[in-house]
Amino acid sequence: MATKVTSAVMRQGLRVLGVAIRTEKTVFAAAVISSGLYGGMTVASAWALGWATENAVLPAFAKGEIGAGALWISVLLLMGTALLKAIGVAGRRILAGVLQYRMQARSRRDVTKQYLRLPLAWHHQHPTGQLLSNASADAEAAWAPLAPLPMAVGVIVMLVTAAVAMVLTDPVLALVGFLIFPAIAVLNLVYQRRLSPLATHAQQLRAEVSEIAHESFDGALVVKTLGREDLETERFERRAHELRDANIAVGRVRGLFDPMLEALPTLGVLIVLMVGAVRLSGGSINSGELVQVAYLFTLLSFPIRALGWVLAELPRSVVGWQRVQAVLDATGSMDYGQTRVPGSAPAGLQVSGLSYAYGTAEVLHDVTFDVPAGRTVALVGPTGSGKSTLVQTLVRLVDPDKGEVRLDGVDLREIAYGGIADAVALVPQQTFLFDDSVRGNIALGLDFPDEDVWAALRLAQADGFVAKLPSALDTKVGERGTTLSGGQRQRIALARAVVRRPRLLILDDATSSVDPQVEAKILYGLRDLNAAAAGEQSEAATVVVVAYRMATIALADEVVYLDHGSVVDRGTHEELLDRCLGYRNLVTAYEREEAERAAIVADEEEEEVVA
Amino acid sequence: MSVAFQDSGRSALATVRHGLSLTPEFRKGLAGTLALAVVATIGKIIVPIAVQQTIDTGLKSGKPDISYISMAVLLCAAAVVITALCGYVMNVRLYKATEASLATLRVRGFRHVHDLSVLTQNSERRGALVSRVTNDIDQISNFMQWGGLMIIVAFGQLLVATALMFVYSWQLTLLVWVCFIPLMIALPRFQRWLSTAYTTVRERTGDMLAAVSESVVGAAVIRAYGSERRTSDRIDTAINANRSAQVRAQKIVGLVFPLTEIVAAAAIAGIVLLGVRLGISGDISAGKLVAFLFLVTLFVSPLQIATEVLNEAQNAVAGWRRVLGVLDTPPDVADPGAEGVTLPRGPISVTFEDVHFAYPGGAPVLHELSVSIPPRTRIAVVGETGSGKTTFAKLLTRLMDPVDGRVTVDGHDLRDVRFSSLRERIVMVPQDGFLFDGTLAENIRFGRPHATDEEISLAMTELGLADWLEGLPKGLATPVGQRGESLSAGERQLVALARAYLADPDLLLLDEATSAVDPATEVRLARALEGVTRGRTAISIAHRLSTAENADEVFVFDAGRLVQRGAHADLVEEPGVYAELHASWVSAAHS
Repeated sequence: MATKVTSAVMRQGLRVLGVAIRTEKTVFAAAVISSGLYGGMTVASAWALGWATENAVLPAFAKGEIGAGALWISVLLLMGTALLKAIGVAGRRILAGVLQYRMQARSRRDVTKQYLRLPLAWHHQHPTGQLLSNASADAEAAWAPLAPLPMAVGVIVMLVTAAVAMVLTDPVLALVGFLIFPAIAVLNLVYQRRLSPLATHAQQLRAEVSEIAHESFDGALVVKTLGREDLETERFERRAHELRDANIAVGRVRGLFDPMLEALPTLGVLIVLMVGAVRLSGGSINSGELVQVAYLFTLLSFPIRALGWVLAELPRSVVGWQRVQAVLDATGSMDYGQTRVPGSAPAGLQVSGLSYAYGTAEVLHDVTFDVPAGRTVALVGPTGSGKSTLVQTLVRLVDPDKGEVRLDGVDLREIAYGGIADAVALVPQQTFLFDDSVRGNIALGLDFPDEDVWAALRLAQADGFVAKLPSALDTKVGERGTTLSGGQRQRIALARAVVRRPRLLILDDATSSVDPQVEAKILYGLRDLNAAAAGEQSEAATVVVVAYRMATIALADEVVYLDHGSVVDRGTHEELLDRCLGYRNLVTAYEREEAERAAIVADEEEEEVVA
Repeated sequence: MSVAFQDSGRSALATVRHGLSLTPEFRKGLAGTLALAVVATIGKIIVPIAVQQTIDTGLKSGKPDISYISMAVLLCAAAVVITALCGYVMNVRLYKATEASLATLRVRGFRHVHDLSVLTQNSERRGALVSRVTNDIDQISNFMQWGGLMIIVAFGQLLVATALMFVYSWQLTLLVWVCFIPLMIALPRFQRWLSTAYTTVRERTGDMLAAVSESVVGAAVIRAYGSERRTSDRIDTAINANRSAQVRAQKIVGLVFPLTEIVAAAAIAGIVLLGVRLGISGDISAGKLVAFLFLVTLFVSPLQIATEVLNEAQNAVAGWRRVLGVLDTPPDVADPGAEGVTLPRGPISVTFEDVHFAYPGGAPVLHELSVSIPPRTRIAVVGETGSGKTTFAKLLTRLMDPVDGRVTVDGHDLRDVRFSSLRERIVMVPQDGFLFDGTLAENIRFGRPHATDEEISLAMTELGLADWLEGLPKGLATPVGQRGESLSAGERQLVALARAYLADPDLLLLDEATSAVDPATEVRLARALEGVTRGRTAISIAHRLSTAENADEVFVFDAGRLVQRGAHADLVEEPGVYAELHASWVSAAHS
């Protein structure tokens, strides 16, 4: 854990602060000026109090009469310094917030822009949880020291002013201050150093406790159906007790240092009274000055801790900053060409010599096939044969390691930014919906007339349930579409693809959560659309469909059979059934099963007859 | 569907009292801790007393009385040390007591949530449930360790300061209170502003996190549709809205906080103005007047933090309400416990007698179901989405109880059977093969915690999954990732099946448990299952009708009713729901 406050960490931490200061120069300057005003006025208010004591209060008691002039000047000084101090405090607090929140928002915007810019391959290498925390917790931690920073600067102003004021008042009393204030600062730094790792540990455990609860509640069906509630409770209890112990450890340190930090300045005031009395008897100071110094100690004892707060936040800030920076420094953006692929006619697709590996594990090897414009091709293969990866290369979510994918003869890598999305629509296996309306999820920022959206929904067999939603097309679907069922989400995703009238439509097992009867209707709809279009010589689409189900395969003009990342065979469904054993085994599994059973039953019956 | 918790409209005080009654660890020794807090608070008035003594007695004669001042200072220093020690002991006791009691509450809450059926019925509210055993409890502990303590300290501080002031001069005391009372009256209003502002911040933060997560979770779709720009704009809007809300809250804090300073300055000016007049008439000494100036500072910090303390108090009470809401909700499916029936091992028979089911406030989802399943039979349950198949499964495994009628196993009403016995003998494999973050072996062992690696391997072999297991780089030690996401959906289902099989139940219920597996594997698995469930009762809810063809009997559900039952061969011949389902299945699955 990088929570030790080493000098290297300190230097890095100060560099991080430097970045913020340079980025938000004006805000920082204004915050520091406000804080300086606050610091100066804090000292001035003690001085005003001392002045009032010496010039208005004590003389009145001594002479038994009121000097009206001195009295009103005292009131003016007291109120004036307080007002200026209040302005300083308000400015400091508000501007420190502006500084911190602006930097956090800036980091978050930069990080998410980078997420959107970096290629999908980069996303595959980083766990989702980590990326989310880079944009949330890390961006927050990186700029956390900005909140107390202006105050800390103000405290330095305060200390310098106080030091000068005290030295001018009485060098000997100043000496007491020079002993006590550094002692408070050092004690607080020691405190924060001891506290910081313990607090980080407790924070970590808090996250783990929450993670266990999340996981356990998500898996409730499994826990319950296997009767493992006690086991789960024990698991949760162990971590909850670790958290309890960690919090108590934090409490011990707090409990020890907080009273010490309160007692130290109080002792300081007592020393001032003692030493002050001696100095008073020697005639070096007057009573007002004694009160002024004592009051200064009371006022300064709390703000001086701000220095410790900033220093304590630095290690966490450095870690957060480094994590954010790692995302911002990530390279490997996808380069785009200049070529456009205009038109509205179905596009042809050619895949040649394509290989792709996740790290060292090759999942696609020398894949070659083509899909003539307007035709439908089914990609078939057992679980784990590389179908979904292949689909990702077809829409250039990832670039192949070797070989190429061409759309109407143009290498995908040469197509201009946005060109592929204009021509090709993918319906992925895992549906993703945005926290937006049904319409927003289908249009994704493009402008479609309502009748087109409804037509797409009709084709996707989604018009029925969408019409019944409270605000139909304008119904919000909730975060990731949680208000809809899996099958409904898949149909919205299908409508999203169809409404664009893509020249190439790619369906990656896109109807797996839909009832077979509904699926059949969708597939017939697609086929009829293409047939109609072919009749009119107008906009049909080339279709690539990943499937196991016979109904889906039946739509295809040609089948490409994939196993272990290679194309084993391709041809019409009938041809493959005839000559490709793997294909036959896969697609006829149910039929063979049935036939074998029938045979067994027949055997048994025969045996019975014989017996 | 809303979660019907007993979030009663209890008053804040009643909530806290009820909460404390559930945490005996906290109440134990509370009096001692409070006494220490009072002593620690008294430490705050040492400085004003010392100042007053120094000026009035020590400096009276014009020449400082060093020995008197030394005496006073030493006594005060001793008092400072003692109060600091009391502060230390008080803090440690407070932390120990609060953490111990809240840990107990956390674990109880966790356990209780598992006993509620809301988890298995309502997936979108799980996040909210998690926060009831995490954030809500943290809020209570924050309050007990800081806010609550501050209320005591602040009250104590104001009280002792006022008492001492009163001893020095009642007129000046009145003056100070007159200055501060308007501020105190305004505080609840400030707190409301702040609370509203913080609520907005929380909401905007939630929106922001949701928007940010789209850029990660939706990475593929965003790229496939070229909607980077649009997504980026949406995210920026959410981030900026969050920032604005934060700044707005900060402005309220920034403007309210220094008000106290101005009021304190007015009080000090007033003390000087009125004090000298009182001094001349002999009502107050110079030392006491100066001590007043110090005492006023004791009013500043309690009032400066008051809005935040009030805010925390409000959050803590809300937290208590939510935690108690969980604990006070009786489990709708209760374990009869020790008095319940323990089923002997052996094949299980099941009867549904006139069973009705409806979700609270919802339309009926299962009507007058009467059916019996003899031991050792293999049943297939078919029907469209929403026909009542899953409700049937949940009633049979007692994830919920029927609204009317009863379900019996081996002649015993399910409600009378001990959970431990029920869960051992009847196991369901749900469609979503949820896995825990850990290795394959750990997940399979969840079915039988003391199973050895050999037993697991044997189970895999029996299910015909040995080949698949060998194909994995680390075999049984393969990590499955969070929620099993390192495996494909089909592989997750294989593990879930192995887990249930290892539990060795007498009735195995499969709820579309192999829906994501490829046809060839599914057929292999179905055969293996047939072998291993021989002699047991097996029920499968199937979306592929091949399963139905092999069952002893098929139950056909439609719109919440059992509409047909019988052997596959007979049902296909009869006109009806099954024949239709079968026809569409045949056309979809056959070449």
